[in-house]
Parts: sequence; structure tokens; C-alpha cells
Amino acid sequence: MTDPALSGDTTSATVRDTPVAGSAAQSRSSADETRPRQRARRKHRGAAVIWAVLAWLAALVFFFPVLWMVLTAFKYERAAYTDPPTLWFSPTLEQFQAVLASGVGTTLLNSAFATLVSTTCVLVLGIPAAFALSLRPVKKTKDVLFFFLSTKMLPIVAVIVPLYVIVNRIGLLDNIWTLIILYTGMNLPIAIWMMRSFFLEVPAELLEAASMDGASLWTAVRRVILPLVSPGIAATALICVIFSWNEFFFAVNLTAVRAQTAPVSLVGFITGEGLFWARLSAASTLAALPVVIAGWVAQNKLVRGLSFGAIK
Amino acid sequence: MTKHSTLSRAEGWRRRAPLLPALLFTILVTQVPFLLTVYYSTHSWNLVRPGSWEFVGLQNYLYVFRDSQFREVAMNTVILIVGTVLISALLGLGLALLLNRSFRGRGVVRTLLITPFLITPVAGALLWKTAMFDPVFGIVNFVLQPFGVGNFAWVSQFPLATVMVDLIWRWTPFMMLLILAGLQSMPEDVLEAGRVDGAGPIALFRELTLPHLRRFIELGVVLGAIYLVNTFGAIYMMTSGGPGVESANLPFYIYQRAFLGFEVGQAAAMGVVTVAATIVIAMLALRLIFKSFMGAQEAA
Repeated sequence: MTDPALSGDTTSATVRDTPVAGSAAQSRSSADETRPRQRARRKHRGAAVIWAVLAWLAALVFFFPVLWMVLTAFKYERAAYTDPPTLWFSPTLEQFQAVLASGVGTTLLNSAFATLVSTTCVLVLGIPAAFALSLRPVKKTKDVLFFFLSTKMLPIVAVIVPLYVIVNRIGLLDNIWTLIILYTGMNLPIAIWMMRSFFLEVPAELLEAASMDGASLWTAVRRVILPLVSPGIAATALICVIFSWNEFFFAVNLTAVRAQTAPVSLVGFITGEGLFWARLSAASTLAALPVVIAGWVAQNKLVRGLSFGAIK
Repeated sequence: MTKHSTLSRAEGWRRRAPLLPALLFTILVTQVPFLLTVYYSTHSWNLVRPGSWEFVGLQNYLYVFRDSQFREVAMNTVILIVGTVLISALLGLGLALLLNRSFRGRGVVRTLLITPFLITPVAGALLWKTAMFDPVFGIVNFVLQPFGVGNFAWVSQFPLATVMVDLIWRWTPFMMLLILAGLQSMPEDVLEAGRVDGAGPIALFRELTLPHLRRFIELGVVLGAIYLVNTFGAIYMMTSGGPGVESANLPFYIYQRAFLGFEVGQAAAMGVVTVAATIVIAMLALRLIFKSFMGAQEAA
């Protein structure tokens, strides 16, 4: 396994080695090439194909479980249990209908509500904070930033016990607003760091110029700054959506029936309904779909969010 | 003089005002519960035994350190995090190198590759437990059939390892994305200069690319570790920490203590110990993020 990979590495790196064309423009050959170079080029192209095939293979291996989940969701139960596994089957929507009829729809709505409201709260609290930590910085900006970041380093188990006790005492157990508050707290530090990195890309003179024209600070921010950073804010919102939709620990400990979210609804499948694979797959597909799409849309900004804006 | 200072004080508050709601909210939601955890950890308190609230000092901590299960679980946590992070980083590096060249359908390949990271963790864990690792109908045994693997029960034979497979599957794309960002920020002229100097591809990779990637790999490793400390859903879904506590990590064990055993004081003490243990990684992560961030600012 290592040997071909190693030799492959050698040839591939030689692809980039072509001195005429830089890595970006390596595809087209220029006319004045000598023959040995052409031969070398052909060999490099062969190597490039091998590398592309490898990349595709890797992608299929990583994606396969997901693909299999989606396929199984369209099977009848008896087609889900075959040895060897079947790729060809007559598709059905039965499982999705059954899943939705069994109340997963409510949990999807709960998830959507918690996700959207908490993301809105994050933006409402986070945008002004990010502004106060970038364009019009407060004193001790560094300390405040450090504080926000350090809260993300706190393992969640360190707070779950008192949270449960408090929430239980004030009667907010199994209440969707409990999750909304916690998800806002969970995502706020990421959002502030990420949005701050977008704010910092706005030239500071812009704000000064706008406020010098006599516009109030608020007007200047609204008219000039916010439009500039809106793509960044959208990306931040998508990251928050992904994290809160997928959250499981708080949801499983602090909700029961009424406020149950989609990930928690899957718990039923490891106990009572453990043997219904097709139905399980349909439920999993429904629970996973929204964030997969959000993540695909935000994929260019994903790194930035996950690294708290440290990596562009 | 006084007038000036009051003016600047007003200006200071004007600047601070947009920050305060977020700051207060975060303190309220994260710091207050943690302080309560510390407070609870010095008490003996069982939720289902009324009137069991009693100050016990550091007794809970003594109990935690004497608990051999806790030590096993702590070890599991370390294995889980270190193993997952290292293997994911290696695989992620390989994938990032594959993706750092142009070929037909690169965008699609990247999209497919990041999908495991996006899938709801509990759904991913269920998928591995059933469709992939099932002894009779699972895909893994089907693929391994030609190699003489029969109906092997992966999850019950290697509970911790199967959980790790799920986690590696999920975190490799994360590492890939970070390292790919590093590769793409690599200045082409540096490589070019290396080539002109006659360096071979392996030397180029070792002497130029890898040092440049170091910051990104380090960041991936510490961030991955920080996120992985909170692993819960995968264990909950795949093994429930069993058999015994063979595949439990600290969050799962604490959850069991608090919500199945109702031992609030002990669970709180374990939470505090977990925090103390993560502080080392946390400080490392904080420093790295700060360094990267402030470095980028200076460069801009």
C-alpha cells in the first residue's frame, strides 16, 4: 500500500515540476516544446489521471456510508436485510411516510425552531459584540476575546449537572427555550470570533469617512459596514445552524417528549425499533439532510468558522 | 483635565455598550453553571434521596481518584482523542494533498468528502453500528468476506475501536479542510525557488511544504482534541459505554453518574477533574489560535 503511494507521490510532484507552466496553468502545453518534454508531459498526464482517480475513490469511500443510508431509506424492510447487500431494488416512499406518521415531523419542527431562533439570537448579540471588538475596539479587547474563546474550551459535561438542577427547579425541563438559550451560549463565542475576522477585513478608513460625512455611527454601520460583511454574517449563521441542529448532549438530557429534537428522536431506534433498518435510515436521512445542505452551501467558509476565524 | 476624562469615559462606555449584552449572556450561561459545579462537587447529594444534601469537603474528589472505573474511563478518553486526532490528521493530510491539484470534478469530490463531517453525529453513529458493522448484514463484513472474515461482531468485540472508526470518518474531513487551506495559502514562488535550486519533490515536500503546513496541522490537532473531548452521541448510540465501561469516555461516565445514578456531587467532581485535565490542551489551543490570528493581523 505504501509503495505505490510513495512512487505516485514522486511522479505527481514532478507534474508540478514543469518549469514552463505554473501549477495553475499546467494543463495546456505551449507550442515550442521539445520532444522529450512532450513525452514527459504525456507521462505526467498519466500520473495526473491516476491521482484524480485516487481522489475520486477516496471520496466514494468516505461518502459511501451516507449513500448507503439514503439508498436504504428507499427500501422495503426485507430488502434492507439481505446477505449479500443489494444495490438494485424497487424503491418505495413507505419508510418516509411511516417515519413522518410516527411523529418525527414534530421533532424536525422542534429542531428547526431551536436552530433558527438560537441562530437569530447569536446574530443579534454577536454582531454588535464583534463590532466592538474590531472596528471600534474597546479597551482590553484581547482579554475579552480570550475570555470568549476560553468558554469554548470548557467541556460541556462541566456544566450539565447544575444546568439540569436549575432548569428542573424553574420548570423549564423539556422546554424548547432551554435549548435555545444554551445553543445561543454555545455558538456565540464562535460567531463573535468569526464575524470579527470579517469585520477586520473592512478598511477602518471607510467607517471614519462615512461618519465624517455627518452620518451618525449607527447609520454609517448600517449603510456601509453591514452590506460589506453580510456574506461573512451569512456564513457565520450557517455554521451556527450546523452546530445547533446536530447538538445531542443538551437535547437528550434536558428534553423528553414535547421539546424533543430530531437527533434525539433517533435514540428510539437503538432500543425498541432497533431492527427496522430501512425506517431508521429514512429517519436519519430526514434528520441529517438540512445540515448537509447548509454545510455544502457554506463549505468555503467552513474552515474559517471551525478555526474561530484563525484560518481564512 | 476632568472634563477630558469624563468625555473619554463616556466614549469608553459607548464603545463597550454593544459588547455588554453578549458578554453578560456568556458569563451567565457558561461561567455561573461551572461555579455551581465546583460548589456541588464539595457536597454529597443524591437527587433521589431527599435531604441528602451535605457538605463533604474534598471527599468526592478522593472518591473519584480511588474509583478504578474512573481511571479506566479517563484512559479511554485519552486513547479516543489521541488516536482519532492523529489518524484523522494523517488521512486528512493525504486527502488534502490529493485535492490540492486541479482535476475533473474536484469540487464534487470535496463536497462528497466533507459530508461525513456534516451528518448529524448520532445518525452517523447509528449508521456505522447497523448498516456498516452488523455481523451478518453489515457492509464491512461483506467487503472483508474474500479475506476470510466471517460474521465478525465488530462493535461487541472492539467497542472502543469501532467508536473511533466513526469518529475518524467524521473528523478526517475537518483535518482535510484545515490542511487544504494551508496548502492553498502556500506561496507558489517559494516552491518555484526550491525547484530552481534543484530540490526533488520529496525534499520540497519535507523542507518547504511540511514546515508551512505545521501551523495548520497543529491547529487542526488541538481544535480536534477540544471538540473531541465532548464526544458523547457516538458512544451513546453505538455501545452505551459498554461492556462495563470499556468504551465509555468521561462525558458518558459523568452522564451515567448524574442521570442514571443521580450522584450529583460525584458527577460534579468528575466534571471539575475533566476541566482541569483539558486546561493543558485548552491553553495550547488558545495560544495557537491567538498566534495565528494576531499573525494574520500583522501581515494584513
